[in-house]
Amino acid sequence: MEDLETLRAELMSAVEAASDPAALEEVRVSALGKKGRVTALMKALGGMDPEQRKAFGQEMNRVKAAVAEAIDQRRAALEAAALDARLERERIDVTLPVRPESTGSIHPISQTWDEVVAIFAQMGFAIAEGPDIEDDFHNFTALNFPPDHPAREMHDTFFLPERADGTRHVLRTHTSPVQIRTLLGQKPPVRVLAPGRTYRSDSDMTHTPMFHQFEGLVIDQSTHMGHLKGCLQEFVEAYFEVDNVPMRFRPSFFPFTEPSAEVDIGCSRKGGELRIGAGDDWLEILGCGMVHPNVLRACGLDPAEYQGFAFGMGLERIAMLKYGIPDLRTFFESDLRWLRHYGFGALDVPTLHGGLGR
Amino acid sequence: MKFTLSWLKEHLETDAPLEAITDRLTMLGLEVEGVTDLRSTLAPFTVAEVLTAEKHPDADKLRLCTVRTGTEGEADLQIICGAPNARAGIKVVLARPGTTIPESGQVLKVGKIRGVESRGMMCSSRELGLGDDHSGIIELPADTPLGVSITEVLPLDPMIDIAITPNRPDCLGVRGVARDLAASGLGTLKPLTIEPVPGTFDSPVRVTLGPDEADRDACPQYVARYIRGVKNGESPQWVKDRLTAIGLRPISALVDVTNLITYEYGRPLHVFDADKLTGDIQPRLATAGATIAALDDKDYTLSAEDVAICDDAGPQGIGGIMGGRDTGCTAETVNVVLESALFDPRRIAATGRRLGIDSDARYRFDRGVDPESAIPGTEAATRLILDWCGGEASHLVVAGAPPAWRTEISLDPLQVLRLCGLRLDTAQCRRILEALGCEVLAEDAYGVLTVLRPSWRPDISDEHDLVEEVARIHGFNRIPRISLPRDPMPTPVLTGAQVRRVAARRALAARGLSESVTWSFQPKAHAEAFGGGLPALDLANPISSDLDAMRPSILPNLATAAQRNADRGVPNAALFEVGPQFHGGEPGEQQMVAAGVRVGQSGPRHWDTHPRTVDAYDAKADALAALTAAGAPVGNLQTVAEAPAWYHPGRSGTLKLGPKVLARFGELHPGVLKTLDVKGPVAAFEVFLEAVPEPKAKPTKARPLLNASPFQPVERDFAFLVNADVSAETLVRAAKGADKALIADVAVFDVYQGERLEPGKTSVALCVTLQPTERTLTDEDIEAVTKKIVAAVVKATGGELRA
Repeated sequence: MEDLETLRAELMSAVEAASDPAALEEVRVSALGKKGRVTALMKALGGMDPEQRKAFGQEMNRVKAAVAEAIDQRRAALEAAALDARLERERIDVTLPVRPESTGSIHPISQTWDEVVAIFAQMGFAIAEGPDIEDDFHNFTALNFPPDHPAREMHDTFFLPERADGTRHVLRTHTSPVQIRTLLGQKPPVRVLAPGRTYRSDSDMTHTPMFHQFEGLVIDQSTHMGHLKGCLQEFVEAYFEVDNVPMRFRPSFFPFTEPSAEVDIGCSRKGGELRIGAGDDWLEILGCGMVHPNVLRACGLDPAEYQGFAFGMGLERIAMLKYGIPDLRTFFESDLRWLRHYGFGALDVPTLHGGLGR
Repeated sequence: MKFTLSWLKEHLETDAPLEAITDRLTMLGLEVEGVTDLRSTLAPFTVAEVLTAEKHPDADKLRLCTVRTGTEGEADLQIICGAPNARAGIKVVLARPGTTIPESGQVLKVGKIRGVESRGMMCSSRELGLGDDHSGIIELPADTPLGVSITEVLPLDPMIDIAITPNRPDCLGVRGVARDLAASGLGTLKPLTIEPVPGTFDSPVRVTLGPDEADRDACPQYVARYIRGVKNGESPQWVKDRLTAIGLRPISALVDVTNLITYEYGRPLHVFDADKLTGDIQPRLATAGATIAALDDKDYTLSAEDVAICDDAGPQGIGGIMGGRDTGCTAETVNVVLESALFDPRRIAATGRRLGIDSDARYRFDRGVDPESAIPGTEAATRLILDWCGGEASHLVVAGAPPAWRTEISLDPLQVLRLCGLRLDTAQCRRILEALGCEVLAEDAYGVLTVLRPSWRPDISDEHDLVEEVARIHGFNRIPRISLPRDPMPTPVLTGAQVRRVAARRALAARGLSESVTWSFQPKAHAEAFGGGLPALDLANPISSDLDAMRPSILPNLATAAQRNADRGVPNAALFEVGPQFHGGEPGEQQMVAAGVRVGQSGPRHWDTHPRTVDAYDAKADALAALTAAGAPVGNLQTVAEAPAWYHPGRSGTLKLGPKVLARFGELHPGVLKTLDVKGPVAAFEVFLEAVPEPKAKPTKARPLLNASPFQPVERDFAFLVNADVSAETLVRAAKGADKALIADVAVFDVYQGERLEPGKTSVALCVTLQPTERTLTDEDIEAVTKKIVAAVVKATGGELRA
């Protein structure tokens, strides 16, 4: 029995001494392999008497099991150490910058377009569009601008060359011609919003030769100025995301509406920061009014039967007010620093349920 | 339109403070653009008295003064003053330390001047913003009370500047403004009586209207009066103050009279020096080419559409716009002819526009002067001329008559409710209309009014005009606010095209391009380089010579924008725009395009990833992404190696759906880039959003059932040797077509040209994915399809399988 204990001790220390998986395998083969020392002793069991064989056999199995377990443990330990060593070799500098990905942006004009559309869609407005190049009829005459009327001079119109019939087309000076195109193509009730590019030959600190407007038009048999006020109040509060914005409807003049009004919203400029809402100052944001009977007639509608309102607003202007963009001209400069700073993420789709502004 | 508060109050009885008046003006549609009120700025300045004034010990021109402030318990102040008139005994305007001086905007401090302390300042007119006089300090009358604010002793008349919309010529005179305020309940309109001045002789200058109907349409009435023996000196001080306050330069009594009447009643007038006229006066359409030197010292050439005020020698005035220089009044003028005429507004507007003259007369005539004002205007002016210049007036000379303007208009108060949501009764409507000068001719049993508008309101011609007046005077702020009735659940409103546009835009932004918005116009040379430059798309009046053509393509704008960014130190621009481009000068000859450019490198330098130069494949990927987002059937598109001349002929292509061009992409042509002054290469794309077919309307939103095969897909690689001009798409299509049921995908994974191959040959390696759906593929199955693929590719390309 003594040599079993010796064997066990020898094997255990050999297992312990194995410094890598190969050495450990050698130990295993020399101990438990076909020609191994434990195997050899097992073979010797055959020549023992039953009593002895039983006692020796049990002892043998214990040794064998203990050695086998020691080998497994040693192997696991060696593998873990090897893995640790490998992982240590694989160490990287995680502070290095990631691979470059360019992020694009959505222009504030498009974002504002999406916001405005979301609000008016909720009020049942469809989106109508018209051409940038317009004829005199749609841009002026049908909108009740008599020829040579001084009101035409309020529009610094861009003209295209004279055509064969002596007329000249214009770049639309407002989105209002879409009112005419809509009413000529569709019977009331009508609720449309017409956003688009507009053009005036004016260029200075606060004017650009091209800008964007959106036009609203509601025509049916009962919509009056009270609805106009309600509609615009709801728009202003939804768009600026401010409750109870003070609004002021000032009588004004546009050839295609009567009564006409310009609309101011309340604001404060405390500390040089513009805030929409209650305050001691006013900001003009749009023009509006009841559609002029002559416009309805030009579209084949009887003003005794149909009525409604129209309004027009500058897209850049309300974007500037909401997002604190100081200079209109910068909208069209394609300066990447500006586009990235004032632009919006591709996935920032404005919704009423998720909030408009980012 | 500018006027002063005291001027307004000559017509309006009111105690309302200035702010209430300006607020009301704005809410009446007479928008206040500015108020100059020195009363608040000058409130801290007080009346003081100079007790002593000695020479400054160290300066000859300065005086050391002792000044009594008049404030109880305050010690006399020591003030150093440089004004030549600073002397003992005068009453002066005192500014104490801490006061802001209007002229400089500086806060006055206690100072030391040449070593002597000075505790205040005595002010000149200019320092207070009261005028140009800086010859000395203001000397107030000796009986002025000491210590009071100068706002109590100086005539400080606030000036109000209002914007007048083109429909309101009646408010181009103070009287009209006062009438609107009174109608709205702010004050009472003072009665106005213009007493006729009896003439004592017949005018030696006679007037006849022009011979033709066109002449009389252009100038239907001409009223004149000869005044002899005047002395044309300066106007009274209050007149000069008033004109100065509204920004006019007092000239002489005769001219000032015409300006005063113009601003008081909106009635322009003119005065001729009668001794410079030759014979009689005739207003008529000018002879084309006639020239006149006008009062602004410029020469004008008239056309046959302009009204000339002629004497026997020729045109002496541009009717309704400006008088002639040679017959104008001077200090020596003794006899005058006063003109008060009526002109066709459209004609005046056209002449004024053509000649580029913005005069106070034109401003009023082209908006519409009260047709009944010619005679009262003459009478009012005659009175002032006789008062200020003396002389003797002739009988009136009246040629022609005002054109008919009287029309009866009815107003049903229910229309005010229908259009404005305001429930006003007949009495309320009537009160407002009468206050505005309307005459109510009748009121029927239903409360409907029959109204005659006042002569000065050409904008009122129909019932809705009266509705507007009633609502405006009653106040838009009293119109109730009502929500638009609407469906309980909003429905989608965007059209398919609008949805596609939004989707393409956001897809491109997600790919790293920044959205830009550029002008719809561009330099004509750029338009020509991109297939445009049609004469019909030239702007007749461009804002500048480099924005003179409507764009046939967005690309030049984006390419030059990218170059500007590079010049600013931001290279590697990736820009896109979704907007119109134009192919004809008629409305609608435009299409919606998503265009983009990438320039420079694919990215910044990086420790791991090396940037490469952008190329046509970047542009192709962008175009495909935009098309995918827009819902185009991208799998069915054909790529054709052809593109317009502004692309690199060998590095560009067109994406087509059948014959329809959906997009173009590629590198821009180096020659074109030179025209644009842009450093290349520039990878560009244009996606024609309107060419993308509308998806077919389906009865449900259900998708086809997913048919995922349980069997393992198999990949097989092939390399074909083909002529270099065979396109990769030909191989891919041929391989895909070899067995449409089994072949799920074909990918190009290697392209090789080089010395190991025969010249003119290319090796293209394809990876074909086979996806069985019924059973696992056997070797025989794979062998069979392999043969079919090779045969199909060889047949389509004339190439061979590489060994």
